[in-house]
Amino acid sequence: MEKKYYKSLEELRIAPDEFQNGEMLGDKKSLLLMEQELKQSTGPNRRDFLKLFGFTVASAAVAASCEQPVRKAIPFLIQPEEVTPGKANYYASTFYDGNDYCSILVKVRDGRPIKIEGNTLSAVTGGGTSARTQASVLDLYDNARYREPLNQGQETSWEQIDAEIMNKLGEISGRGGRIVLLSPTLISPSTKAAVDLFKNRYPGTELVQYDTTSASAILKANELSFGKAFIPAYHFDKADVIIGFDADFLGTWLSPVEFTKQYVSKRKLHEGNKAMSRHIHFESGMSLTGSNADKRIVIKPSQQKAYVAQLLLALSGSAAENPEIIKIAEELSTAKGRSLVVSNSQDAETQLMINAINELLGNYGNTLLTDVHLKVRQADDAAMTKLTEEMAQGVVDGIILYDVNPSYDFPDREKWVAGLEKTSLKITFNSVKSETSETANYVCPDHHYLESWNDFEVKTGHYSLAQPAIRHIFNTRQAQESLLKWAGSEKDFRTFIQEYWQQNIYQTDLTGFVSFWNKCVHDGVYVSEKKETPVPALDISAASAIASTNSVIVADDSYQLDLYYNVSVGSGKHANNPWLQELPDPVTKICWDNYAAISQKLADEMGLEDESLITINKLGPFPVVIQPGQESRTVSVALGYGREKGGKSAVGVGVNAYPLMGFAHGSRQLQTIGASIEKVNGKFRLARTQTHHSMEGRQIVRETTLAAYLDNPKSGNEIRDEIKKHLKTIYPKKEYAGLHWGMAIDLNSCIGCNACIVACSAENNVPVVGKEQVLMAREMHWIRIDRYYTGDPENPELIRQPVMCQHCDNAPCENVCPVAATTHSDEGINQMAYNRCIGTRYCNNNCPYKVRRFNFFDYTNADALPGNLYDTEEMTVDLRKLVLNPDVTTRAKGVIEKCSFCIQRIQDKKLKAKIENRPLADGEVITACAQACPSQAIVFGNLNDKESKVSLMFADERNYHVLEELHVLPSVGYLTKVKNTNV
Amino acid sequence: MYVSPIREPLIKGNKDYSQVTRDIMAPMAGKPSKYWYMGMALAGAAALMGAWASYETVFNGIGTWGLNKTIGWAWDITNFVWWVGIGHAGTFISAILLLFRQKWRTSINRSAEAMTLIAIACAGFFPLIHMGRLLLGFFIFPYPNTRDLWVNFNSPLLWDVFAITTYFLVSLVFWYVGLIPDIGTVRDKAKNKIRKAIYGFLSFGWTGSARHWSRHETISLVLAGLAAPLVLSVHTIVSFDFATSVIPGWHTTIFPPYFVSGAIFSGFAMVLTLLIVARKALNLEDYITINHIESMNKIIILTGSIVGIAYLTEFFIAWYSGVEYEQYAFFNRAFGPYAWAYWIMMTCNVITPQLFWFKKIRTSLIATFIISIFVNIGMWFERFVIVVTSLHRDYLPSSWSMYKPTLVEVGLYIGTLGLFFTLFLLFIRIFPVIAIAEVKSVLKSSGEHQKHAHHE
Repeated sequence: MEKKYYKSLEELRIAPDEFQNGEMLGDKKSLLLMEQELKQSTGPNRRDFLKLFGFTVASAAVAASCEQPVRKAIPFLIQPEEVTPGKANYYASTFYDGNDYCSILVKVRDGRPIKIEGNTLSAVTGGGTSARTQASVLDLYDNARYREPLNQGQETSWEQIDAEIMNKLGEISGRGGRIVLLSPTLISPSTKAAVDLFKNRYPGTELVQYDTTSASAILKANELSFGKAFIPAYHFDKADVIIGFDADFLGTWLSPVEFTKQYVSKRKLHEGNKAMSRHIHFESGMSLTGSNADKRIVIKPSQQKAYVAQLLLALSGSAAENPEIIKIAEELSTAKGRSLVVSNSQDAETQLMINAINELLGNYGNTLLTDVHLKVRQADDAAMTKLTEEMAQGVVDGIILYDVNPSYDFPDREKWVAGLEKTSLKITFNSVKSETSETANYVCPDHHYLESWNDFEVKTGHYSLAQPAIRHIFNTRQAQESLLKWAGSEKDFRTFIQEYWQQNIYQTDLTGFVSFWNKCVHDGVYVSEKKETPVPALDISAASAIASTNSVIVADDSYQLDLYYNVSVGSGKHANNPWLQELPDPVTKICWDNYAAISQKLADEMGLEDESLITINKLGPFPVVIQPGQESRTVSVALGYGREKGGKSAVGVGVNAYPLMGFAHGSRQLQTIGASIEKVNGKFRLARTQTHHSMEGRQIVRETTLAAYLDNPKSGNEIRDEIKKHLKTIYPKKEYAGLHWGMAIDLNSCIGCNACIVACSAENNVPVVGKEQVLMAREMHWIRIDRYYTGDPENPELIRQPVMCQHCDNAPCENVCPVAATTHSDEGINQMAYNRCIGTRYCNNNCPYKVRRFNFFDYTNADALPGNLYDTEEMTVDLRKLVLNPDVTTRAKGVIEKCSFCIQRIQDKKLKAKIENRPLADGEVITACAQACPSQAIVFGNLNDKESKVSLMFADERNYHVLEELHVLPSVGYLTKVKNTNV
Repeated sequence: MYVSPIREPLIKGNKDYSQVTRDIMAPMAGKPSKYWYMGMALAGAAALMGAWASYETVFNGIGTWGLNKTIGWAWDITNFVWWVGIGHAGTFISAILLLFRQKWRTSINRSAEAMTLIAIACAGFFPLIHMGRLLLGFFIFPYPNTRDLWVNFNSPLLWDVFAITTYFLVSLVFWYVGLIPDIGTVRDKAKNKIRKAIYGFLSFGWTGSARHWSRHETISLVLAGLAAPLVLSVHTIVSFDFATSVIPGWHTTIFPPYFVSGAIFSGFAMVLTLLIVARKALNLEDYITINHIESMNKIIILTGSIVGIAYLTEFFIAWYSGVEYEQYAFFNRAFGPYAWAYWIMMTCNVITPQLFWFKKIRTSLIATFIISIFVNIGMWFERFVIVVTSLHRDYLPSSWSMYKPTLVEVGLYIGTLGLFFTLFLLFIRIFPVIAIAEVKSVLKSSGEHQKHAHHE
């Protein structure tokens, strides 16, 4: 044997046998081995030289003869702080689009915001998000964004446009003319301050707020009740009995993310909770909230007032007629101070009665706070109507349009447009092309919110900040900065906010403003002790008077109209977002269109079927959808569709239903009585992601009632014991050493808001396929929410179930793949190797859950063949591609894809734990769907850790696996749905 | 006294050996007829349509078909199984009937085998074209590679690859070995030098010596022994594509025997369809007699009845199993949205072949031709019913869906039909459609002359 020399004792100690026993850590071992190898080698010899020489010559020849693609990889000249290429940074910010508010974290990879996550520090939204919040990151890369300031449609520079605008504004205010700044509800204190500065500079300027989704009647009712127009803070988390009158508070009403979180906290039955709130909902069309109610009562829009009146009468001791109402009143009286009655009525009288009901129940101060206000949707509808009148008369000289689009969404469009034409100076801050902005003289495009500084006070004392996550992509400027500039201030908006906060929000403490500010920017949120001034006690006499004269429930036979906003495109502002357009409606499962939902009865009367066409008040044609649970003579239509300008995915999708809105009682009305409906010949195909609506008696979604559950926690899930008895196998059960990933879904918490679907698409680069492909049943979503109806078709119950890859430990997809492209990991994850997939689709056929998705066309431009791209929504243009998550491969034509349990997130956290030399903590890895969920219905974790949340949920008596009888051993468990129905 | 009836002669007309050679080689001689050209033009056009459809599929993707997230296979695998089934008759006739010493097979085995080979080629086309990434289709072969990637031997699709290639290769060799003496004859009769050279090469130096004959007979028997189990195994393995899955309507233990008898059933139907036309067009009525047709019809009754029983058994088992998914799958077949396909299948496969119990019908050329076409249609629908109606409504009703073929899919099917007839038309010009040597071997014992001479 060769004699060994050593230089140090250390070297001697690392004897070769120590290498062999393999106890040493991987990296250290290989380093030592390498060192030893180097020491042993005698340097390059002739053979090595020849090898290297040959290789060099050959590679030089190859390199010289092939055309090299030009690639630019320019390193940072100055490495930015905190930025490591390949590692994501998260910045706290805030989403507010004039309607909805959400406190968020922005995930930034290599300088690009690519994903929105909920900010768990927020006291308002608490880490939850909505579908629109999740999708808003794609709007940053909207193809229809303005790229330059425009003067009469011509590109210009900011200096020039500023000079011209200031000149004109000065001229108007100089001669005492009127300037109007039209915006949605401003909840930004600094923006309001900036507007004030602007007003000072240009006297005669008026701020008019215009909300497309308005709460005008609530404001008015509160003004009558308390002498102050405000929206109270609601606390669904303190309400044991919730009565909703058409208020879609889980979907679109006021602050849905916050309300969902509160609502669901009273609906969870695991973790030792044995009580549940009871939710009764009155409505005409099937809404997201109504479909989650324990009891849903179908009423005509015209009857809401009478029902509310009866409830008020019943509670105040008078006799009510309606047996339902009497029962509800009884239930409510047992929950005084622990109940909540809400309504979306746009009639101030109804809202007055709602106030009185809540007062009688002692809810003020408990579930309804008057010292904390919800600051969204503060606009008075009458103000906008007045403005339209004035503009039509030509008394408005200049208008600044900030984030509004009345040429599309104002019901009396003709009048508005005519008035706008009469206004000589039209300036718009719109960042995306719209019906309104395209008629403006000056387009001063605003930043996207992810490029902006901003602050918000969504509820009294609940502040949050927005900070830019990227430098503005185009030559845009923040609207507030434009206002400041025109007001003569040279301050940038960040400094302006900072100064505002220092003066108005910061309360002197020991650490000083700078650290306060830094903490606020870091957290994104700040809660102060601030409270509103107390309001006088409510006098219910006026409401009682209204109730006594309005309490007759009239069964009138006219057609009634019920307009609503859905959870995807909402008011229509986000219509150019393909993720939202392709999002199936939580009730009908239709995407890429709006439609008229009608009852089976009406369909029979008029000889209509699904996809027939009707006109409503001569508007349309709207395709018909026969909706179970629809009031017999009410037609429900979603707003927000039928855009005429604003990008490829927005234009021509659906019909604009805003002109159907009425105006009464000083508010724009979503519900109108006496609509005319006519049948039109022809059909229109609607893209549905689910076309079969019955569960066919199968035990797929299991449910029970609260009473039965308290009696027997296994109720509804009794069959599971029977199934488990039959699960026998001759093969040894696979044991997973270390980690074994699993997911538990609480069907009681899932309300079907769809946030998870968008979050999944954003995280995993799930392609958008367009309406034609959805019609062919080829949507690509990795997670879907199945929806089934049970019971009476006139007022059915609706149950939902999120379904993604179940990561079966005995997966039927894995053994049928001829090339082993889908395999099982050591951590129990069913994996897809896209590169290996040859696209036989056998795995897809053999998946009992049908969660696998096939790339039928080249949706992503990842195919090797040029010229066969299938991208109807411009999702593969360079700008849109910036949203792609670099951690996830885009899939080429002809391969199967599916939910991966966000494997990239798992790896990321595993690496982090490894570097920090510690085991993974429970809850550290959160999948995109679980992160997005406002109700925390989805829990992900390690099944081997018996203390993990997911294990505890798996151990719950309510837990079951879908199709467990097939012995595919799924890693996803569901907790039985429990409804609080008293039988 | 009972006189046992004399079997009908297998070859009609008082023919001597040289007459046989002349008769059978007649279609190869001279210029093709105008019908042949018309046939070629039609078949070629159909094949071209297939080429266009293949281009669409490979370039633009499987999206040009009517498949969706629920239904991953439809016409592609239907056609594949249909063609494989058709490819079962030839080898069955030449191998299994050889082992059972059925002499009547000699008149039909050559063309039936040729049809088998062509049908297998058409069948093999579908698993290839149905791949989302055809260009990487070679991943399916277990070849050594630096990435240490191996195929999945658990997958029935991989078994398919081996089953089909084995079957194709064995059938090809068997067919070619049988051709060698005839190629020798063609070579000897050739008047043109080039023709002589080509057939000389193809005949592998056949001289007709006793030693050659002895070896030829031995190898034929060995190959028949090899091919016989393959007839049973190929469709068994094809049926595993379905039987080993978890989809109700697919996951059925009855599939192997049911598929094999279905395959022979459809194979014989296709042979009949072709030969009824060919015997007329090629003036081979003396060789392929009504007797032959009747014998084949008897096999059709047998296999058709087995298939019919299998259909009923499936229903019984679905009810008996008590599995709601299984029960629904079969209920849905018969009464769901694709019930029309099911009832076409039932009519064509179960009812029409039973007409062959009547001697009049099974000896009528026209009736046989029509029924054989019915069986072809019925067997296509059987595969369609199995593939599509099982998939379109499986476990979770939320994913239930419907399927409609596109022009591209129809084009691919028509394309393979075009390819099939093109190759068959070429075959009748290139090789003797009846095994000359084998017919001669039965001429003495079963020729008309002999039968009558014996009787007199």
